[in-house]
Amino acid sequence: MNYNHNDRKTISVKLFDMSPYFRILCVFCIVHLAACNGSVWNDPYPAGEGQENILYTSFSERPKHLDPVQSYSENEYAFIANIYQPPLQYHYLKRPYSLIAFGAEEVPQPIYRDTQGRMLPANAPTSQVAYSDYVIKIKKGLMYQPHPALAVDSLGKVKFHHLTAADIAAVRTLADFKETGSREVTAADYVHQIKRLAHPKLHSPVLQLMSAYIVGLSDLVSDLGKASKSSPDDQFVDLERYSIEGAQVIDRYTYVIRVHGKYPQFIYWLAMPFFSPVPPEADRFYGQAGLSKKNISLDWYPLGSGPYMLTVNNPNRKMILERNPHYSRETYPTEGMPGDQEAGLLRDAGVLLPLIDKVVFSLEKEQIPYWNKFLQGFYDASGIASDTFDQAVQSSGTGDVGLTANMLERGIHLQTALATSISYLGFNMLDPLIGVGERARLIRRAISIALDYEEYISIFRNGRGMSAHGPIPPGIFGYEAVGKSGINQYVYELVQGEPVRRDIQEAKRLLAEAGYPEGRDLKTGLPLLLNLDASATGADSKARMDWYVNQLSKLGIQLVIRSTDFNRLQDKLRRGTAQLYFLGWNGDYPDPENFLFLLYGPQSRVKNQGENASNYSNAEYDRLFNKMQHMANDHERQLIINRMLEILRYDAPWVWGFFPKEYTLHHAWVSNRQPNQMANNSLKYQRIDWRLRAKQRALWNQPLFGPLVILLALSVIAIIPAYITLRRREKRSAIDRGSQ
Amino acid sequence: MGAYLFRRILYGILVLVGVNMITFGLFFFVNSPDDMARAQLGLKRVTPAAVEKWKVERGYDKPLFVNNAVQGFAKVNETIFYEKSIKLFAFEFGESDQGRNIGFDIANRMWPSLAVQLPAFMIGLPIYLSFALLMAFLRSTYVDIWGVLLCVLMMSISAMFYIIAGQYFFGKLWNLVPISGYDTGFDAIKFLALPILISVISGLGSNARWYRTIFLEEMSKDYVRTARAKGLPEHKVLFVHVLKNALIPILTGVVALIPMLFMGALITESFFGIPGLGSYTIDAITQQDFAIVRAMVFLGSVLYIIGLILTDISYTLVDPRVRLS
Repeated sequence: MNYNHNDRKTISVKLFDMSPYFRILCVFCIVHLAACNGSVWNDPYPAGEGQENILYTSFSERPKHLDPVQSYSENEYAFIANIYQPPLQYHYLKRPYSLIAFGAEEVPQPIYRDTQGRMLPANAPTSQVAYSDYVIKIKKGLMYQPHPALAVDSLGKVKFHHLTAADIAAVRTLADFKETGSREVTAADYVHQIKRLAHPKLHSPVLQLMSAYIVGLSDLVSDLGKASKSSPDDQFVDLERYSIEGAQVIDRYTYVIRVHGKYPQFIYWLAMPFFSPVPPEADRFYGQAGLSKKNISLDWYPLGSGPYMLTVNNPNRKMILERNPHYSRETYPTEGMPGDQEAGLLRDAGVLLPLIDKVVFSLEKEQIPYWNKFLQGFYDASGIASDTFDQAVQSSGTGDVGLTANMLERGIHLQTALATSISYLGFNMLDPLIGVGERARLIRRAISIALDYEEYISIFRNGRGMSAHGPIPPGIFGYEAVGKSGINQYVYELVQGEPVRRDIQEAKRLLAEAGYPEGRDLKTGLPLLLNLDASATGADSKARMDWYVNQLSKLGIQLVIRSTDFNRLQDKLRRGTAQLYFLGWNGDYPDPENFLFLLYGPQSRVKNQGENASNYSNAEYDRLFNKMQHMANDHERQLIINRMLEILRYDAPWVWGFFPKEYTLHHAWVSNRQPNQMANNSLKYQRIDWRLRAKQRALWNQPLFGPLVILLALSVIAIIPAYITLRRREKRSAIDRGSQ
Repeated sequence: MGAYLFRRILYGILVLVGVNMITFGLFFFVNSPDDMARAQLGLKRVTPAAVEKWKVERGYDKPLFVNNAVQGFAKVNETIFYEKSIKLFAFEFGESDQGRNIGFDIANRMWPSLAVQLPAFMIGLPIYLSFALLMAFLRSTYVDIWGVLLCVLMMSISAMFYIIAGQYFFGKLWNLVPISGYDTGFDAIKFLALPILISVISGLGSNARWYRTIFLEEMSKDYVRTARAKGLPEHKVLFVHVLKNALIPILTGVVALIPMLFMGALITESFFGIPGLGSYTIDAITQQDFAIVRAMVFLGSVLYIIGLILTDISYTLVDPRVRLS
């Protein structure tokens, strides 16, 4: 067969014409190459960004609220704790957790007053203290982030507070307001935010609690409620027309909060965004009719004076925090704990914060892509999920944990920290079978021994946890190590200084004493049947529930798992119809009161809709709680707490469960990273070596074309015989073809 | 045809009313407004007063169907059913339980869904049809046997597997595309390439096998033999005559899906971090934001009904014998 050069050209042109997909592939490659612009092909970030001082992290669920009076969950605090500036904050490095000034000049000390307003000494008995005054002096020169709500014209008049319907129709996001302004933070802004707690349209989760303490807050709630009822739905509520007795401005930089009685824990609330400054201009700006329909609200576009400001808020894709250009007063801590210097945690001592210019949060709902992107260097830090635990961590023969060779090779670092939270199994103390009376107490104690939480932690949490001997986690005042009075002697015994779970025979003996030898009712011979209400769905939950059933079957107890959704479980707890249940508690602040109140009688879920879901009530415990909650952290308080813990361990209203241990990984280019369970504003301390990151990313992400070429070649090889068969068929006669 | 369409639209409205009643029943009888409030207010320090306040603000404190506290038409329109269900017919989706405007969110999020679904549909359909035609034409040869086997194999594999395998090979092992993420403009291409490819591949098995069955039935008809007897080349027989005559059953499945492209793909969007309506729905379900779920169920029903009406219209276009009356 002869063909010339022109034939070959014709063939190649025809081939090109016949392959639209090939053309699409070529266009894709060209566009891809153009878009990559020197960065690696699989880089999920815009080209050139790798050369900037940016921290890359992720979020899995879009925050529900970013308004500091409404926000109260961890995933929301990840943003707003870095945007707002409450009066106080936690020291980044020191342990136990201690408060330091943030927006305030110093940590305020309460001034106690009697009913006549006369000042009392600091050691005045609680019964004499009618009010506690917290006089807070704020730092001068604190500035808000640039924001359109603060934009003013040349005459000093606000620019965007009188928008017309046409103005509002023209905007889509906050970024459409091209002019911004800033101003100094004043004490009045802090007071304004306290008034916002009572705003009828906002739902502050701490309103009821604070109304019980801040003088006049409940009156303000009532006044605002009446005003709100008599005005249209979208009417702006001008809080500046209202005052509150318990929050008063003294001068431009000083204000005072007055609370009823003694409430030493109030100081911790001052480190939460609920007490951050918010300028009244923000409410006036966002309160304009029509903006909320475009989702332009303070709940979506924060206005703070903290180290960062939210410049991109697209929680469907990414959220970006950028350095607040007006934030320049704070420096990196100069003191830490022993060993921090050697660990390099004080290398930046005295350096102005924040150390990172920008933080990019990308939406990453699934664990697998998140983990793979972390390994590729596109996320700077990561937690460890159960699925990936074995890839990251290995245990040595001595029980110590360390990174796998693959992680070490990549220069990844591991950090662990016990969370200030507890996960427990509760008994409903109103239940006649397991809650009321001595017999029930013996059953609860038998179950406490039988549920081997050390095994649970090993199987279901890859060892990431510590079995609990009481409700107070390590790191919180009141917790005592197991070797001291910290052991739950009803479940464990001390063997060579180590707690060892009591033998199952002892649990059986307790059960027999309760009238259930071998788990059967002595009178009827029927097995002891208990119901566990759990919102357990999925394969993992099934295995966990089976474990619980097996643990109690050691005692002959039949455990029935009543799988329910979370709403139903909450409903059962409110009505007191659950028998056994799982819950957890994440501490709000590092004070034992925040854990011990979970078993305080007046907090009963059934009686008072409180946080005591077990409805536990013990007169002595409640009396000691009332005394302990107003005390300073001293030896006397520790003794009272020890007695309270002893009461709890004896009564066993919970199987104490475990304190979760958090494992986090970070790349070698991240420094100054220290787990801090209380501080949510830790982004400002972290440092990134972006040059190292860019180098490592380029090294780890070289595109491999070989497999793609092989895939294409295989496809062609598969197509050629089909094409030949097709041609052969076409050349056959119609009869032949039809007969096939 | 006008009368037929009018009648179909009326039927469609009746279907929507039914769907609306069922979803309303599910959301308000199975899950009370108290549950919704608690789901939104969080786990800590949720007081009965806060729950009540939340309900009042969102109108969940009103009676379900009849408000005896007021007079006249207000007896009906000051009810949860009117506020949360009837208004959907005017496409007033209202605010989500978290306080965001749902219509605004839907308008924003339908584009990323379309950016994945439309190319996947446009690329996938010709591939499925071509592969099915090839198998049908070469029936009983190794191409057909192995092709069917491949189709059955591909049908049997979960969509999740394709996603995870695709991300592993193309994103992690070969470093050719980002594992997940999304961007706008030209930058979107590198994020969309893999989800589109996976959508096309994951649909190949079931679609090609279904079309093959349709084509085989069509190819056994007399007109095909006639066309061949007249000496028409095989590709013309297949792509002009067989394909055209097989369009009615194909359109039944395809046209109805076109409006649904707006709704996105639940799992694909979730795994690839694509901010479309699929992930919007998933998020709403996991966060128990029933206002969004209700709106999405309603929107899905509307689009599906539109799809069915379009299918009917398309019949008349491909087969002049079909008359809508």
